[in-house]
Amino acid sequence: MKNILLTMVAAALVIGCSSEEGPHTKGVYMLLDTSGTYTEELVKAQHIINYTLAKLNPGDTFAVARVDTASFSEKDIVAKVTFDDRPSAANRQKRQFRESVDQFVKEVKPSSYTDITGGMLQAVEYLNEAGVGRKTVLIFSDLKEELKKGYVRDIPLQVGGYEVVALNVTKLRSDNIDPREYMDRLQMWEERVEAGEGTWRVINDMERLESVIID
Amino acid sequence: MSFSEIYLLWSESAALSAVIWSVIIMLLTYLAREPMHRMIEAVSSLAKSAFQQASESLMRAERRLAERNTEVLIAAGREASEHLIEREFERINKIVEADLAEYPTLHRKISDVITRIDEDYKQSSDVPPEAPGWNKAISAVAQIPTSKSDPMVGQILESIHSSLEKNHDKTLEEYRKSSRDRHMLLKNMLPSWRGMNSDLKQVDQNVNALMERSRVVDRQMEEYEKIINETDSAKKTLSSSSLTQFFVAGFVLAIAIGGAAINFNLIARPMQEMVGGSSVMMGFKTANIAALVIILVEVAMGLFLMESLRITRLFPVIGSMKDSMRVRMIWITFSILLILASVEAGLAYMREVLAQDDAALRASLINSAATAIGVSDRWITTAAQMGMGFILPFALVFVAIPLESFIHSSRTVLGISAAGTLRALAFSFSVFANASHYIGRMLTSIYDLFIFIPLWIETRIRGSNRSEKKKEKRGFNPLQTESMKEVS
Repeated sequence: MKNILLTMVAAALVIGCSSEEGPHTKGVYMLLDTSGTYTEELVKAQHIINYTLAKLNPGDTFAVARVDTASFSEKDIVAKVTFDDRPSAANRQKRQFRESVDQFVKEVKPSSYTDITGGMLQAVEYLNEAGVGRKTVLIFSDLKEELKKGYVRDIPLQVGGYEVVALNVTKLRSDNIDPREYMDRLQMWEERVEAGEGTWRVINDMERLESVIID
Repeated sequence: MSFSEIYLLWSESAALSAVIWSVIIMLLTYLAREPMHRMIEAVSSLAKSAFQQASESLMRAERRLAERNTEVLIAAGREASEHLIEREFERINKIVEADLAEYPTLHRKISDVITRIDEDYKQSSDVPPEAPGWNKAISAVAQIPTSKSDPMVGQILESIHSSLEKNHDKTLEEYRKSSRDRHMLLKNMLPSWRGMNSDLKQVDQNVNALMERSRVVDRQMEEYEKIINETDSAKKTLSSSSLTQFFVAGFVLAIAIGGAAINFNLIARPMQEMVGGSSVMMGFKTANIAALVIILVEVAMGLFLMESLRITRLFPVIGSMKDSMRVRMIWITFSILLILASVEAGLAYMREVLAQDDAALRASLINSAATAIGVSDRWITTAAQMGMGFILPFALVFVAIPLESFIHSSRTVLGISAAGTLRALAFSFSVFANASHYIGRMLTSIYDLFIFIPLWIETRIRGSNRSEKKKEKRGFNPLQTESMKEVS
């Protein structure tokens, strides 16, 4: 009987003393460029969001925010969630999240400017606060930053431990005339991210997205 | 001073320097020959004796281990044999109690039947009808000398004849009747005979079964005596039996581990609903650890159940409990197992529900056009999973039996393996000891080979000295003979 009790106590300890969400969870913050004609690409963004939702597990954090004139704001967050520990509740949250995003894509209006840096700063702040283990920032944009006059964004990014992935970086008309612009743009962002001790990747083929979100 | 300066110390010519240095080194080596030989011999002897000692101590350890293995093997064999003999005696006891306890009743039954048969037999004995007593009187009347023509006499004789005929018929009829009665009695005896025959056959079977059991006990006793006497054949049999048990039990345990793995997969995912899907303990998901703990608790309960049923003997404390306490423990462990099995069946159902929910969500997220396939047949997989979830905990109960065999046989197998390793090490050290001896001799020879010129010169000088001495001896001998002669 003593052995039975000891075994049951051990089982209770194992179940009861489990640590709460630790640094093993994933955090994904996705920035959606809503400037000009890029809003037409948002259908692709929807697929990426759905794919990411399918890949995330209970306890993970996911947020989708728009990039507009001034993106360094919580108001630009379209949908955010930290999934419940229970798989069934997490699935319900995923469905709600998708509905929010679908609604946003339907109602979105193009913005005049593109404040990617502000969005990045907001993403870093949000994910740091969420206390997740693996942090990923997805930038769904052509990476052409256009700031409104007076906005200061030459701020170094503090993205140590972050994986910044640029998705669907479309070529602009001017890029076709002079591809160096496109390359310089990518180079500039890579340098900024790596200067902030983050890792930088560009994925234009959406089939390679699987390597970004690993179970 | 550099090496080249030292090298060219004697001459500017490199070749000449090489020769001079070679001569010097050779001379020095020649002078150091005796101490060098002693040193090589000492080192090789040291290594040889060290390796020999190591080898001997390993062999001693191996012998001690082998003795200990034999003791363990004999003790295990004796215990198993005692258990078997005890079991055989229990069987004999059961036969005696079940069948031979009724022997007095059977004996009385057979005696009654025999008495009845005996009485019937006596009654059925054939008694010839007695001849009427007045026959002699009739004969006497018949011998009266009278004339045949006398009608009186003729009438009397006719009358006598008819009376005799009547009497004969009556007697015959009575005899037939009594014969019929006897036959009836004999016919009535037949079931009694058959019943007695069947009873005797039953007794024969019981006695034969008893004889068979006694022969088995004899065989077991012979084996037991062999084990007690520690004969080689008993040791070999026990050793091979132990190895067989080890591998068979290992195989069954591997199957059980496979079953436990399936069980784990059945309950790990739904456990996330209970303990959370994101918490981690010691690098592992808490849900996985909880599922594993449930399975281990089931195995532990199975062990206690088997122990309480006295099928296994891993915990002497449980085996030596009072019967009432043991029965209580059987019911408690069985109840816990039943609850855990029900929990597992519920978790298996939950797993299926979650899997369906996940599949539906993924289909709607990744491919909205995807359609659910075979939804109507889902109940089959759900029922199968629930059944497995309920049955596997009870199947795991039987792990206790191979586990006990594995633990018992592993003592012998590990002992044999350790003894083999020690023997191999002892052999290696013995080889090293011989190798060091011969390496020492080889190094001495190589050393002498390097200084073969001075050695050759030494041999020559010694040879010439020896021949001079011989000559001296030869020159002295005639003189000695002459002086001897003079003396004589």
